Amino acid sequence: MAALGKSVRLAVDIGGTFTDVVLEHDGRQTTAKVLTTPAAPEDGVLAGVARALADAGLQPADVSLLIHGTTLATNAIIERKGAKIALVTTEGHRDSVEMALENRFEQYDINIDRPAPLAPRQRRWSVRERLNVAGDTLLPLDETTVEALLPLIEAHKVEALAVGLLHAYANPAHEMRVREIVRAAFPDLPISLSSEVCPEIREYERQSTTCANAYVQPRMARYLTELDGQLRAQGFACPFLLMTSGGGLTALETAIRFPIRLVESGPAGGAILAAEIAGEMGLDRVVSFDMGGTTAKICLIDDGQPLSTRTFEVARAYRNLRGSGLPVRIPAIEMVEIGAGGGSIAHVDGMGRLAVGPESAGSVPGPACYDLGGERPTVTDADVALGKIEPSRFAGGSVKLAPEKAAAAVAAAVGGPLQMTTPIAAFAIQEIVDENMANAARVHAIEWGKDIAERAMIAFGGAAPLHAVRLAEKLGLNQVIVPSGAGVGSAVGFLRAPISYEVVRSRYMRLDGFDAAGANSLLSAMSKEARAVVAAGAPGAAVREIRLAFMRYVGQGHEITVPLPDRALQPEDRSSLRKAFDEAYAALYGQTVPGMQPEILSWTLTVSTVAPKAAPVATPKAAGSFVDAPATRAVFDPAVQDFADAGVFERAALKAGDRVAGPALIVEAQTTTFVTSVFDAQIDGRGYIVMTRKQG
Amino acid sequence: MTMAKSNIGALDKIGMQIQWNRLLSVVEEQAQTLIRTAFSTSAREAGDISAGVYDIGGRMLAQAVTGTPGHVNAMAASVNHFLAKYPIERMNEGDVFVTNDPWLGTGHLNDFTVVTPTWRRGQIVALFACTTHVVDIGGRGFGPDGRQVYEEGLNIPIMPLAMKGEMNRLLLDLIAVNNRNPVEVEGDLYSLVACNDVGCRRLVAMMDEFGMDSIETLADHIIEASRKGMAEEIAKLPNGVYRNAMRIDGYEKPLDLVAEMTITDDTIAVSFDGTSPISAYGINVPMSYTDAYASFGVRCAVGGAIPNNAGSLAAVKITAPSGSILNAPHPCAVTARHVIGQMLPDVVLGCLHQIAPERCPAEGTSCLWNPVLLGGHGVVDGNYGQARPFAMNTFHTGGAGARPSKDGLDATAFPSGVRNTPVEINETIAPLIFWRKEYRPDSGGAGEHRGGVGQIMEIEHAQGAPFAISSMFDRIDHPARGRDGGGPGATGTIGLKSGRAFKGKGRQTIPPTERLLLQMPGGGGLGDAKRRDPARVARDVANGFVSVQQARADYGVVVDAEGSVDPAATQSLRGG
Repeated sequence: MAALGKSVRLAVDIGGTFTDVVLEHDGRQTTAKVLTTPAAPEDGVLAGVARALADAGLQPADVSLLIHGTTLATNAIIERKGAKIALVTTEGHRDSVEMALENRFEQYDINIDRPAPLAPRQRRWSVRERLNVAGDTLLPLDETTVEALLPLIEAHKVEALAVGLLHAYANPAHEMRVREIVRAAFPDLPISLSSEVCPEIREYERQSTTCANAYVQPRMARYLTELDGQLRAQGFACPFLLMTSGGGLTALETAIRFPIRLVESGPAGGAILAAEIAGEMGLDRVVSFDMGGTTAKICLIDDGQPLSTRTFEVARAYRNLRGSGLPVRIPAIEMVEIGAGGGSIAHVDGMGRLAVGPESAGSVPGPACYDLGGERPTVTDADVALGKIEPSRFAGGSVKLAPEKAAAAVAAAVGGPLQMTTPIAAFAIQEIVDENMANAARVHAIEWGKDIAERAMIAFGGAAPLHAVRLAEKLGLNQVIVPSGAGVGSAVGFLRAPISYEVVRSRYMRLDGFDAAGANSLLSAMSKEARAVVAAGAPGAAVREIRLAFMRYVGQGHEITVPLPDRALQPEDRSSLRKAFDEAYAALYGQTVPGMQPEILSWTLTVSTVAPKAAPVATPKAAGSFVDAPATRAVFDPAVQDFADAGVFERAALKAGDRVAGPALIVEAQTTTFVTSVFDAQIDGRGYIVMTRKQG
Repeated sequence: MTMAKSNIGALDKIGMQIQWNRLLSVVEEQAQTLIRTAFSTSAREAGDISAGVYDIGGRMLAQAVTGTPGHVNAMAASVNHFLAKYPIERMNEGDVFVTNDPWLGTGHLNDFTVVTPTWRRGQIVALFACTTHVVDIGGRGFGPDGRQVYEEGLNIPIMPLAMKGEMNRLLLDLIAVNNRNPVEVEGDLYSLVACNDVGCRRLVAMMDEFGMDSIETLADHIIEASRKGMAEEIAKLPNGVYRNAMRIDGYEKPLDLVAEMTITDDTIAVSFDGTSPISAYGINVPMSYTDAYASFGVRCAVGGAIPNNAGSLAAVKITAPSGSILNAPHPCAVTARHVIGQMLPDVVLGCLHQIAPERCPAEGTSCLWNPVLLGGHGVVDGNYGQARPFAMNTFHTGGAGARPSKDGLDATAFPSGVRNTPVEINETIAPLIFWRKEYRPDSGGAGEHRGGVGQIMEIEHAQGAPFAISSMFDRIDHPARGRDGGGPGATGTIGLKSGRAFKGKGRQTIPPTERLLLQMPGGGGLGDAKRRDPARVARDVANGFVSVQQARADYGVVVDAEGSVDPAATQSLRGG
């Protein structure tokens, strides 16, 4: 175990291309970046961990906590490389999971297809039974219909089973009995029950979530068990926790039971990092901006808490459009993802409009400037043509850029058709992609009843610092922060996450018939369940509970979240709940609706440890003075709408308090921060780049 | 490296496009506000709403991409009716206007359209409009049985919904006492006001940011670029006149929908001359709604990527003779106008198919199969007793037509874009049990590309009471036809599970303990079924979309229930 109570914490994030490792010890950070090894991901993890430990001069036994996040579950669904699953449904309802919402997510394209269900129709079987809305039995479970499935499971070589019966959120008895019968015949078959994975009303989303859980379970269980074994064999004796999409950590055993909760844990880590920075800098209203190779993600963070959701889609296959993926209802950090990254391709449409993304050049062939055969201009090509990237320094010098290829691609695909010079065409690409992100951020904010203005932006990810300030200009923001280690932001975020677990239940209740006793018995059962999970990962730790009700006016279709007091409810809480609902509704939509009664559909309860606070860092007291640029470069400045001489600074050479006047480039291994002429930058006591709008 | 002066023009061009994108984002925010706050199921679950922004001349500049094409140009035309009655100079700050008149709005009394002027520095700079379907408007209730619009509910002429910032209480009270769901409908009216407010605020912020004095320069650019874009798309099609006709069930007798499409260099004109006359029941279609669905059908094949605005919409011109069912005059009954209107894309795609077959699907179910279900005293034949009264409109659909290189979508709405309502939610709204909701095997039209299959639903009252259905269904007598040799989809049926058939239109009662059985139609197939790859037929059989018998009879494929093909028998059946 950890030596002498010193905390040595290790985080590993497996991404699509790189596996990032961060080691925190004695207030220092050691990082490592190795290539992801898709065939056996644990190899990459172990190699990265070994390198970080060696650099820090530490042994496996010195590590006091190991945190892991991975896109493996997501990739299994995107690439359709999960288990062969079957779904058991109520008789008469075997097609809900394929009928989905019976709609087309894109109006004018007759050729769209909805994603194929993870359980095809020939492996969707039904049993005779029926519950009603209250969970009462209309038809008892006919066990002969369950036994009739046993030969089918055998014949179809089913690797994992999902069970999703109607109204099982209200009464799990039939689902549990189905599991008992199947388990007696197939003791090793993993079985996911909808009443455990996602006990929420709405059969399509619940079954979809349950199927997704079953689909990734065998692979994730194998991988996690294997990795755990190898780590133990190497001498790691510390707790091993997994990052979830909700931004909390969970123990190995829970991760193996509910692996669907691990999807998109990388982006969640980024949001947690931004929330942590917001906390340490005392920023109440923050927007985090994470831009990589193919997409950009934007998350709103109020009072140190990222927005959370239970509605989430995996593998959106059609231009990232809502509805083109598989819905999973799990606790997740809410963020908007846009097909806008360094690799996003620009083209001119039939009406002479310039469009950027969502199609991406990926890493092969990549942007034209990679000189690997890509001929279509990307955002990175535009950035190169505008002078924002030093060709010799891109990605730590690991990719040598060919600026003339960037210019040629921009000229051919955009400059020619639009009769623009190459720099103006490149500027147009940048403006359109930045505008797309700004618009997505605004629409996202309104969907959540938030205002985007008056926020500080925290930017990380390879491409974000190149675009953050211009995006901030468009959103009317005055402050942009680029933290240190921005390139491995997600893994750093893992180290800031609390150990937590969220439980959901659907229990319908009208507020005018508020049943305090019923609510209390429900919530205390939920609390017990969540506390047990958290205790497994953090024995004896101090915890807090967050209880929420999902409420709406009777007759509405979308619920809003209303906080509940962290104590037993009383009958009189009917009026305090009413007040809380009215406040939340008015905050979202401007006004309440007179004369309407609210109702409660679902309840969530989250137990989490109180997250470790980062060591306080002295901020520079002095105003600091402007530093002369060691070199300059011609960079296209949006406000001037022309090239201007920008100072080029090495981030590592700047000290706390140093100021840099825009326009400027601040260069580091994994990225470059572009300070426009409208902003100035200063390095704060933590080493963060803090950019603020010039006065006057 | 300084910029030549000629770049100023290029920069303006980028600026204009950015402003256009921003305007599209503004109406998206407007629409999201409406969806999130609406009460009626069609808006909140199904996204059946419209939202858009207009210049002060009434030209639509941008419209949110939402669930329904039915409001597309209906709402665009509506704003001009508002301006005719309330010219800009007579509007005060804080005024909001409303109507549900079928001929001034979007085609039936359940649709409310609200228009709000945008004020900036004491002047009106734009107008925002939005439309939603409210759950009730009095009268007979939502169904096709009315004989004149007066029976169908309360008609609100264009009038103020708010004056100088104060809601028009007189109007709200009048609506409330004439309505079965007064609270929800008032809630929806508040939503409409709120969504336009959001649009106005965002537009003002946008004008401040870009330093715009007016939006007219931007408006001209949007309309001109879209007009040109449509012209280029239309120019790719051969000029000529193309005709098509489709017979459907109608209410009291079958109807012929007859179209003549004339394509010139930059315009597609569709005339519905020759179409059947008006019906004596509530399935008549006001012109604005005909315009909306016929145009939508064209745009699915031509210029679908070009945003909707006055420029792109003007390139498609729809006409129908007054007195025909597609241009029904006041006071025809119109509540169920969607049943007929949603058929129009099939009709115009049948014209386009003659010159652009690679873009046109086969005919599909096309009209939604939404069971409007009712329980309570006076709405059912027989004694309702003490059972819980209810009224619900759930959204469901049959199969769509096969596509030029793909099968049709199973149980999926087209042309409507609405979403369904879950069984578990339906059962919280009404004392009903949905015993069955599954795909309907063998209902997809056979073809090289198969039509989408329909679905089967069985519904029973949970408390042993009778309940009623207000039927508004078509394709019970006349199936969706295939194209290019593809077979027709199965026709739909409605009735009791115990056997008695119901009519496709009108209110009928399901007796206590009986189950309502709906078998929804399938879409038409595309191409010769004998050319379908046997492996694809086998997969359909294994998945139960196609029976062993249909595989043999229609596809000439000999396959067992597990999907194993007998190649020799198949070859001899297909004639070598």
